Amino acid sequence: MSLLTVEGLSKEFGGVHAVEDLSFAISPGTIHSIIGPNGAGKTTLFNLVTGIYTPTRGAIRLDGHDIAGRRPSELAGLGMSRTFQNLQVFFNMSAVENVMVGHHLHLDRRFWASLVRLPSVVRRDRACRAHCVELLDFVGLGRYVNSDAASMPYGALKRLEIARALAAKPRLLLLDEPAAGLNATESREIDEVIKKVAAMGVTVVLVEHDMKMVMGISDHILVLNYGRKLAEGTPTEVRANADVVAAYLGAHV
Amino acid sequence: MFAEFLQYLFSGLTSGAIYALAGLGFAIIYNSSHVINFAQGEFIMIGGMATATMVAAGLPLPLAAVLAVVATMAVGVALEKFAVEPARGADVTAIVIITIGASIFLRGAAQVLWDKEFHALPAFSGDTPLRLAGATLMPQSLWVVGAAVVVIALLWWFFNRTLFGKAMLATSHNRLAAQLMGIPVRSVLVVAFALSAMLGAVGGIVVTPITFTNYEAGIMLGLKGFSAAVLGGLGSGAGAIVGGLLVGVAEALASGYLSSAYKDAIAFVIILFVLFFMPSGLFGKKGTDRV
Amino acid sequence: MWKSPRTGGLAVLVALVTLAPLGFPNAYFYDVAVNALFNATLCVGLNLLVGYGGQISLGHAGFFALGAYGSALLTGRYGLPPLAALLLSAGVVGALAFVVGRPILKLKGHYLAMATLGIGIIIHIVLKTESAVTGGPDGLGVDAFSVAGLTVSGDQAWYWLAAVLVVIAVWLSLNLVDSPVGRALRAVHGSEVGAEVVGVDTTGYKVLVFVVSAVFASVVGSLFAHKNGFITPDIGSFFRSIEVVTMVVLGGMASTFGAVVGAVLLTLLPQFLASFEDYEAMVLGGIMMGTMIFMPKGLLPSLRLLLAKRRRTP
Repeated sequence: MSLLTVEGLSKEFGGVHAVEDLSFAISPGTIHSIIGPNGAGKTTLFNLVTGIYTPTRGAIRLDGHDIAGRRPSELAGLGMSRTFQNLQVFFNMSAVENVMVGHHLHLDRRFWASLVRLPSVVRRDRACRAHCVELLDFVGLGRYVNSDAASMPYGALKRLEIARALAAKPRLLLLDEPAAGLNATESREIDEVIKKVAAMGVTVVLVEHDMKMVMGISDHILVLNYGRKLAEGTPTEVRANADVVAAYLGAHV
Repeated sequence: MFAEFLQYLFSGLTSGAIYALAGLGFAIIYNSSHVINFAQGEFIMIGGMATATMVAAGLPLPLAAVLAVVATMAVGVALEKFAVEPARGADVTAIVIITIGASIFLRGAAQVLWDKEFHALPAFSGDTPLRLAGATLMPQSLWVVGAAVVVIALLWWFFNRTLFGKAMLATSHNRLAAQLMGIPVRSVLVVAFALSAMLGAVGGIVVTPITFTNYEAGIMLGLKGFSAAVLGGLGSGAGAIVGGLLVGVAEALASGYLSSAYKDAIAFVIILFVLFFMPSGLFGKKGTDRV
Repeated sequence: MWKSPRTGGLAVLVALVTLAPLGFPNAYFYDVAVNALFNATLCVGLNLLVGYGGQISLGHAGFFALGAYGSALLTGRYGLPPLAALLLSAGVVGALAFVVGRPILKLKGHYLAMATLGIGIIIHIVLKTESAVTGGPDGLGVDAFSVAGLTVSGDQAWYWLAAVLVVIAVWLSLNLVDSPVGRALRAVHGSEVGAEVVGVDTTGYKVLVFVVSAVFASVVGSLFAHKNGFITPDIGSFFRSIEVVTMVVLGGMASTFGAVVGAVLLTLLPQFLASFEDYEAMVLGGIMMGTMIFMPKGLLPSLRLLLAKRRRTP
């Protein structure tokens, strides 16, 4: 069964169709990329799937259950996590604290327990911290553990968001342009991280402009144009698709 | 019965006109900078206090009024230059704290410069009430409403017929684009504060013969002006005017028919109601946060 | 390693409040000190909302006043023991904050400022107007505070009570900030969407901290009423709400000890300025503007940054 199914999904903003009648399915354990020119509706689609926007029409199913219109925090509890194209880092906290917030749903969240600092809370916090330091190492941010997020460079913040999303232990991870604004070396490192994440059994959905990365790591690609599906298939199929070539005229596909 | 209603309506429209001017002041500054100027009410207080002092010192009323308006505009410009401009780019909470600080500062300064007493102005054209369908109307009320109408008409002309006014409107729609088109965005901000101060001062001058004024008078008037602006839809000029009149009338009716002690609470009940149930107000635009 | 600043800071606070009375020559000093510590406790609670949660409140004096009036009325008119009255008032204020908090905290920025301000002003007007219950602008007498037959009387006794209270408040605040709940709260301040997508119920946490800070204010209000023996509606005025926010801002938003420092400084300030009353508003307004323009992080965090910089450059 598909992990995520989208059927007839539409989103309008004051008469503008950002996403229109879109259907696709994502099988578990794959890396799935969504590509398309600027303004094709990729980020809107992410915002719909993760509950930040409410669809105008259509269904979004996770494990067969309709999740359209549910709050992002509820969806996180169902195993969905994401990063953002324009960073949504907690700049008022340290790197490791950012990641620890990602682990929120797996901690003791009772108010009274936190208020009086029960030994059990302290113990689990310490374990969580250790785990989050490992996650920072995993994404290559080992030397930033106690740095203030506000003092970290852009490329590091992109990875910090990935670590935070991973701390939530997602089954489905959505990455919105993880390589945007990164140099070639950094891009390749992100590439490796994504492959490792997928190898752990996490389903990855990726919005990305870096075609080299997309073609290299995707099992499946969905091409959007003006909010509609233009094409879909394996990297080889998509590369051979005439419509896609036309839409990307001049770009290296 | 009807006479009574008419009486409340007159008094409501009179104070409503002042709230409308204050609300417009909020709208002008909000549109050009997305700053809510919580010190808006102090402009009303300064306009009234300055005129009252100068008239008491023997200056003719028209001269005193003009000088008071100029002085208030200078305060407005100073507020922009020394408190708002340096904090450019700070988050909303910081700006709120700054303009509230400015409000408290100005009212403290007024208390030091003047005193804690109430100051009055004589009515501009006598105290003989006009009779209308059994209700009485003070001539000063006509001055208040008349002054508001004149100022609003001038503003409309400024924003729709002059180059700088149009430039200010353009800036409120898209600051960056306006900047790229060569509009001096910084002067737009200064002019916005000067205009808002002028609106406040005019309101303060015409209302002082009715309500008197003291160093504390600005805060309530300003906050009610903000209710007016929010009720009308923040950033909408027409909304601020309608909102101001509605708040004024609601207040007058409630204090007449329900309880005069709760007169001052009405504006805040309205604002809570608006914020909870229709946050974009009567004429405001709805927005979606972009992520 | 990362635990030492909190325990260290707490130890310094305990030492300071224990040793401070050695320098008090007379009862008046105790009186001022009690007010400073009460304000500090209130500000530690308010800082959880404003500093850590990033949500402004311009109506907290209203909750303080409700606590004070609740205790005054429940003990004076209904004969409840003071401690029960304090807890009951805190419960009612907490419930009120919960009910109004949900719609209010959906608002942001100016709207939130205006809504909290509106709530505060409405509370103030009700206290002034309902004189049959509250005594109106003339005020209301309050009985002494006693627990289990022991009456807290005299400035010294109140000082020790206030000192214990502030230490407990700081301890609770430090606990909370460095816990799953506190991190979620700070995350809401950092980025609401960012917090939502990892499972933080942002509205829930905002309401929670609003309630917590209102309860802090109510408890301090109750004790203040008993200590003062007399209250007027002006303890819940808009000006007073602004004053407590200024304390938090001055000391340092998102710093528990900063809130204490800000509260103590602003409470002591009038003692150092002759004829302060005339200039009170100007000074307060000036501090608000100056802090936000020149050191938006506030006194204590700015000082800490300065020290850290000094240490790095030998």
